[in-house]
Amino acid sequence: MSAEDLTGAEITIRCLQEEGVKHIFGYPGGAVLFIYDELFKQDKVKHILVRHEQAAIHAADGYARSSKKPGVALVTSGPGVTNAITGIATAYMDSIPMVIISGQVPTHAIGLDAFQEVDTVGITRPCVKHNFLVKDITELAATIKKAFYICSTGRPGPVLVDIPKDISAEKFKFSYPASVSMRSYDPINKDHPEQLKKAIRLIMGSKRPMVYTGGGVILGNATSQLTRFVQMLDFPCTNTLMGLGGYPATDKQFVGMLGMHGTYEANMAMQNCDVLIAVGARFDDRVIGNPKHFSNKDRKIIHIDIDPSSISKRVSVDVPIIGGVSNVLDGLIKLLMASKEKPKQEALKSWWAQIDQWRARDCLKYDRKSTIIKPQMVIEKLYEVTKGEAFITSDVGQHQMWAAQFYKFDKPKRWINSGGLGTMGFGLPSAMGVQIANPKNVVACVTGEASIQMCIQELSTCKQYNLPLKIINLNNRYMGMVRQWQEFFHGNRYAESYVDALPDFVKLAESYGHVGIKIENPNDIEDALKEAFKLKDKLVFMDFITDQTENVFPMIPGGKGLSEMILI
Amino acid sequence: MENEAGALSRVAGLFSARGYNIMSLTVAPTEDPTLSRMTLVTVGSDSVVEQITKQLNKLIDVVKVLDLSDGDHIECELMLVKVSALGKNRKEIKATTDIFCGRIVDTTDTSYIIELTGTCSKLDAFIDAMGHSTILETVRTGASGIGRGERALEVK
Ligand SMILES: Cc1ncc(C[n+]2csc(CCOP(=O)(O)OP(=O)(O)O)c2C)c(N)n1
Repeated sequence: MSAEDLTGAEITIRCLQEEGVKHIFGYPGGAVLFIYDELFKQDKVKHILVRHEQAAIHAADGYARSSKKPGVALVTSGPGVTNAITGIATAYMDSIPMVIISGQVPTHAIGLDAFQEVDTVGITRPCVKHNFLVKDITELAATIKKAFYICSTGRPGPVLVDIPKDISAEKFKFSYPASVSMRSYDPINKDHPEQLKKAIRLIMGSKRPMVYTGGGVILGNATSQLTRFVQMLDFPCTNTLMGLGGYPATDKQFVGMLGMHGTYEANMAMQNCDVLIAVGARFDDRVIGNPKHFSNKDRKIIHIDIDPSSISKRVSVDVPIIGGVSNVLDGLIKLLMASKEKPKQEALKSWWAQIDQWRARDCLKYDRKSTIIKPQMVIEKLYEVTKGEAFITSDVGQHQMWAAQFYKFDKPKRWINSGGLGTMGFGLPSAMGVQIANPKNVVACVTGEASIQMCIQELSTCKQYNLPLKIINLNNRYMGMVRQWQEFFHGNRYAESYVDALPDFVKLAESYGHVGIKIENPNDIEDALKEAFKLKDKLVFMDFITDQTENVFPMIPGGKGLSEMILI
Repeated sequence: MENEAGALSRVAGLFSARGYNIMSLTVAPTEDPTLSRMTLVTVGSDSVVEQITKQLNKLIDVVKVLDLSDGDHIECELMLVKVSALGKNRKEIKATTDIFCGRIVDTTDTSYIIELTGTCSKLDAFIDAMGHSTILETVRTGASGIGRGERALEVK
C-alpha cells in the first residue's frame, strides 16, 4: 500500500469525475456510506438528494434523455435497490444510457441473508443492459469504465455496478483506463453498401412511400439527417411516441404520431404504403397493433436499426440495415445526392393527395366551445404560451397521449416520457433531471391526478434545489385511461378507476413552499399559464379541473389493426 | 462466453424471460480458462431461432454464438442409467448394453449402472429398449456439440 492508494469509495468518485459526471441523483444508506463520505469531500460531482430511490433513477433518466450524457444514480443496498427497480426497468425499456451505482453488503456477508441484503445483480438482470458485482478492489475502476462504455454505445441502456461495502473501504492505487476493449462486446458501426443500394432501389420504385421513425433517431442524434433525408424525397413522415421531435412536427410532411392513439392520416398511410422506411423503431404492439393485420405482401420494408434483434422480431423485413441511424442515413443521403433518378413524382403526388384527404378527417378535433375545461385545449395553450420551446415530461395515461398529440415538438429530446414501460410516477422526477441538465430552459410536466401522486414527495426535492418546474395537472378525478378502456371494453363498469379523497393540490404545493393555482374555467387557461410561466424561479403547480368524460381519439383497440381506429 | 460468475444465469434468464425452450444445456470452461463453452439445445421455428441467436449475441458476456444445426456437426451426450437387474434379466441387459456400445460401470446383486454416450436419439432408443419398468434412475448431461472439419468456433 502506498500513499497514493485510494479507497474504493474514493476510486468510485474519481471515476465519476474522470467521466465528466456533473450530477448524480441518489439516496444514502449503510452500504454506501463510504461513497457518500467521499462525495462530501469534493465538489466536482454534485449530488441531488431525492425523496425516494425510484425518483433518483427517473431523474437520472430525464437528465440523460434531455442531454447527450448518461444519467448517474447512487442507491444503497436492499430496499434502496428494490425501490430503484421501477426506474431501472423504465430506462431499460426506452434504451436510456445510465449508470447506477448500488451499495451491497460486505463481500463476506453476501449470501448470508445479511441486513439489507438483496441479490441486486439477480434482481436487476432482466432490466439492465448489463450489471456487475465488484468483488475485487483491483477491478473497480475498470468496471466503472466499462459501465459507462456499455451504457452509452450500441443500443444504449442502464448498467448497474454493485459495490460491496468492504470494497468501498479497501485501498488500491487508482488508474482510470483510457479506453475499453471487450472481446464479447463490439458495438462498432459497420458499413453496408449493398443494403444501402437495395434500399435506394426500393425508394426509387416506390409509389406510396412512408417514413416511420422511433426513439432510435432521438437516441442516435440523427434528427438533422432524418429531416434532410425526408425533405430530399418529399416523403411523408410519422414518429412514434418515443420518436416525437425526431422530425419537426410543424413541417407539412409530418403526418403526426402513429399507433394506438396516432392520427388517422399516419395510421392509414402506414397501413397503405408500398415502401416503408423504418428508422430506429421497433414495430411494437402499441404502434402497429396486430402484426397479422399489418402484414401485407405488397409492402416492402426497409428497416434501419442499431439492434439486430429489433429486426424481423414482430414484422419480417425486406431490407434490414444494421447500424447507427445517423451513419446509415448519411450513407443514404450520399447515394441520393449522387443519383440522377428521383422517386416517381406522379405517383407521389397522388399519394399526397390521398394523405391530404385522410388529414381532412381532422381526427384530433374536440369541442372547443365546451364550458368545462377540455384537456386538449390546455395542451394547445401550453404549446402556444411556451412557443413550442419547452421541455415536456409526462406521466402515463390520457394526459400523456394528449400531450403527445397536441404539443408540436420541432426539436429532439424535448419530449420525455415513459413509452416502453408506461410508468406512472415518471413525470415529476424526470422533469427534475431535465431541469438540472437544462437549467436555462423551461420545463413542464404534464400529469394526471393519479400519476402525480406516485412520486409527489419529489416536490420537496424541487424546493431544495430550486427547480422551477411547471406542473400541468389534468385533473379529471379518474384514472382516465383506465376509465376509457372500461367505458369502451368493459361495459362502463368503472372498477376502482376513480380517484377519490384527492388532496387540495394548491395547498399541497404551498405546503412544500411552491405556488399552486387551480383553474376551472376554459377562459382562464391561457392567462393562468402565462402567469405561471412568468414566475421564472418558482415551481408552479397548476391544477386544471378538466372534463371527466373526455376520451383520447383516435384509438386502436388492443389486438386490432392500424386501420381499425375508433374515431370521434 | 466469458467464464464469469452469473454468465450462465444471464443465458438461462433470457430463455425464461422470452419464453424460449431449453431442452438441454451443458457448460464448462474450455482450454482457455477465461472462456466457457455452452451447448444449448432448443426448439423453435426459424424466426424464433433467429431471435434466440440475436438475443444471445446481445448478452454482454456472450462472445460468440453458432447455430450448429446450420452445418455438419457432432453431437454427444453422456447418460448413466441404473436398472434393476435380476435373474435372467441380467444377461439380457448386458446384451442390450453391448449392442448400444454402453458399459456396465457398477453392479450389485439387484442392479446395474450403465454408462452410455451418443446422440440424444441413441440414448432415447436405449431407454426404450430397456423398458421403463427396468429403469430405476437415469441421469443425462445434455448434448455437447462441435462443428465438423474446419468449422471451428474461434475467439480472436
Ligand atoms: C405504476 C403504474 N401503475 C398502473 C398503471 C396503469 N395505468 C395506466 S394509465 C392509468 C391511469 C392514469 O391516471 P391519471 O394519472 O389520472 O391520468 P389520466 O389518464 O386521467 O390522464 C393507470 C392506472 C401504470 N401505467 N403505471
